[in-house]
Amino acid sequence: MSDTEITFAIVEADSEPEALTPGQVFRRRMASHTGFLIGAGLIAVIALVAIFAPLLAPHDPFQQSLSTRMLPPVWSEGGTWDHLLGTDQNGRDYLSRLIYGTRVSITIGLGAATIGLLIGVTLGVLAGYFGGWIDHMVSFLLTAQLALPGLLLAMALVFIIGPSIWVVIGIIGVLHWTYYLVVTRSATQRIRSLDFVAAATASGAGPRQIIWHEVLPNLASQIIVIFTFELGIAILAEASLSFLGVGIQPPTPSWGLMIAEGKQAMFYRPWLVVLPGICLFLLVIGANLMGDGLRDVTTPEGRNG
Amino acid sequence: MMSLLEIRGLSVALPLPSGALHAVRDVDLTLDRGQSIGIVGESGSGKSMTALALMRLLPRGARSTASRLEFDGIDLGALEDSAFAREIAGPRIGMIFQEPMTSLNPVYTIGRQMTEAAVSRGLLSTSVARKKALHLLDRVGIPDPQMRLGQFPHQMSGGQRQRVMIAMTLMLDPELLIADEPTTALDVTVQAQILDLLDDLRRERDMALILISHDLAVVAERTDTVAVMYGGEMIEWGIADDVLHAPAHPYTQALLHAIPQVGATPSRLAAIPGTVPSLMRAPKGCVFAPRCEHRREDCVASRPPLRAGMRDHAWRCMLKAPPQTSREMEPLHGHGAAEDADIVLAARDITQVFTTRKALFAPKRDITALKGVSLELHRGETLALIGESGSGKSTLARILLGLAQPTSGKVTMLGRPIVELSPIERASFVQPVFQDPYSSLNPRRRLSEIIARPLWLRGDRNAATRDAAVAEAMDLVRLPKRLLHAFPSQLSGGQRQRVAIARALVTRPRALVCDEPTSALDVSVQAQILNLIDDLRAGMGLTCLIITHDMAVVHQVADRVAVMLEGRIVEEGPARRVLTAPESDYTRRLVAAAPRFEANFLQPEVAQ
Repeated sequence: MSDTEITFAIVEADSEPEALTPGQVFRRRMASHTGFLIGAGLIAVIALVAIFAPLLAPHDPFQQSLSTRMLPPVWSEGGTWDHLLGTDQNGRDYLSRLIYGTRVSITIGLGAATIGLLIGVTLGVLAGYFGGWIDHMVSFLLTAQLALPGLLLAMALVFIIGPSIWVVIGIIGVLHWTYYLVVTRSATQRIRSLDFVAAATASGAGPRQIIWHEVLPNLASQIIVIFTFELGIAILAEASLSFLGVGIQPPTPSWGLMIAEGKQAMFYRPWLVVLPGICLFLLVIGANLMGDGLRDVTTPEGRNG
Repeated sequence: MMSLLEIRGLSVALPLPSGALHAVRDVDLTLDRGQSIGIVGESGSGKSMTALALMRLLPRGARSTASRLEFDGIDLGALEDSAFAREIAGPRIGMIFQEPMTSLNPVYTIGRQMTEAAVSRGLLSTSVARKKALHLLDRVGIPDPQMRLGQFPHQMSGGQRQRVMIAMTLMLDPELLIADEPTTALDVTVQAQILDLLDDLRRERDMALILISHDLAVVAERTDTVAVMYGGEMIEWGIADDVLHAPAHPYTQALLHAIPQVGATPSRLAAIPGTVPSLMRAPKGCVFAPRCEHRREDCVASRPPLRAGMRDHAWRCMLKAPPQTSREMEPLHGHGAAEDADIVLAARDITQVFTTRKALFAPKRDITALKGVSLELHRGETLALIGESGSGKSTLARILLGLAQPTSGKVTMLGRPIVELSPIERASFVQPVFQDPYSSLNPRRRLSEIIARPLWLRGDRNAATRDAAVAEAMDLVRLPKRLLHAFPSQLSGGQRQRVAIARALVTRPRALVCDEPTSALDVSVQAQILNLIDDLRAGMGLTCLIITHDMAVVHQVADRVAVMLEGRIVEEGPARRVLTAPESDYTRRLVAAAPRFEANFLQPEVAQ
């Protein structure tokens, strides 16, 4: 017996030099995924801009000046270096308003996506784990939610409750949980049938312990992927609501609101609409690229990844 | 005479994030018309990759190179992919796969799938193709072929589907048939029928056959020649009888010693230490050297030379003469239950009925999985529960573990009804070991957490005593300490199964219920696990219920045997008696399907 033990040790020591932990594999794949790196880079830059907005903004975003209304950006005729991206209808510095606008977008994106996550994952895990009538009820909720005209409902709710950034976050969050539900429900059903869950049951674990300890860690990567996608969707939803006048209220700088305000002058002052549009595009494409990348990074080898 | 197939120097490399994996290296193969060859090896030996490379079915990104690749005088290497698909794959080389459940398209009828290839290629008219399909279904042993043609795959059993697959490949009359593990997913009694069918068809049609399998004993009975692969290389080949009865390569010898056999007195298996390597770089020396018990210094220095025996028997080894195999039989360590041992686990009149309905308003249908099963497990004994898939043995295991409640009947643990026990009490009493070590461990948890979890659930909040218990359990199953913080994905299948056993043992349960504990493992690793179970029986006096379909495994570990068929126990008795003098026809068929060969080899003759 002792002979084989020794050989065993030798064999094992030199036969598995490249076995990596799941975390290492994950990091290596992330580092070699260009799309993910571009998306994550964009999001990181925008997040930094949001955090350091007071330091970066050249002017007070609320400071009105009627004498310098609707100045064009510096590269157009009549632009000045004092207002790099020009000014809006009330003479407020457009660059500063765009910089402060990142705060609104990111807060709403993160807040709404988190609320959606809490609702969707809870319902999805419960439906997937317990099945039966709980699953039927949750599925009915899902069908009902998908049948609701989201934007109209959001408008109605904001109109009833009254607009503020927290109301907007809450409403967008409450209306965007269906992806979480669909994905976590089917993933939970799959995990629930695996032997390690049966092993936990046989060790005396109850449903709560199994859900927290065995199921949720295996859902983490999928949830993160949906979170990044929902981040982009929530930001666009906020912009839509603000554009329609039932989201962020003036004078708070929000990109959607800025597009709405610039709308009247769109044909002869196009930058008023184009610039916030570009910002929105960059932020949302960043979130989507990151989500795509995370999906590629987490799913290829399934459970071994 | 020109050979039908000639392969020289075939190599396959697969790209992985950590570098190129050399799945197949420098493989030579020659096959004549009407001849059959068995390619045998454990998982990761490159046997399937060899066939896939020939059929151009390699995974995306894989590169295959060969110095010569000729089929009936056609240079396959120079052939375009489209020409290969049109002229070779199908009409000249047919292939059947392991999984009959997934290799047929579920949305088309059998008839359509069988005739499609021949009709779309313009080889046969629809009516002629249909006649031919009828004839072939009849030939492969499908009853009432006329009706079957209109059926869908899900209306047939696994064995029937594999027969349909065979018939389908024969529609185009290939000259070469490649069967990649054609019977691995099937029950043992069906396995024998399918292999016999393949062999008969080959003789009838003068067709060449490549049979790929992990089971040397099964293949060697049915093919003319056998090639043994290990680590991507062919290490020994020759006439099947020679390789099976006078193996020359140390690996082939070790592999045959590791297979448990029905007959003779059960003894410790000669497990091959370590695991099959994955070859990220070509080794300088012999691929088997790290696990070889006859290893010398020059084994790792350069590639071993080709040694030739009589009658085309050849192998690659440094040793001039094949090592002598005079293995003394070490008796098993474990011993059965004492005469008057108390009953640890008992099931009485267990009946389990599953109710399903096909649609919301469809009538309910009852499926009776267990029909009044009674079973007793005495302290210290190992009871093997055998039967084919669908016999209800796994359902019974779930009930014994308390994971499912029977429709009627009673399970008692040391005399106490299981329904009166709390989950924690039940857990400290009986623990499971599952079949698939890839799904029985949570991929997101480290080994230390996985093994300690049952203790934590029991309410043990002291980290130090938990760690000590984990260390002890890992010792018990011979897992090295350095793996304590590893994740399951970093382990081999055998190591994972050890972790599963360690987790089951950490709370010191009275009994283990093992559901096919080795059927997902390679033969050499199966031997390690079976020896481990023997050690645990000897060391801890563990009571085991082992569920398996493999009679040889039963012979190796069991004191007592219960045979299940269609939800009933049809035979029960001491293992020796049941295996040597089975009373029911069904047991007799199962015993007959187990591989039998002499493990004391003849000395291979070496050509000078």
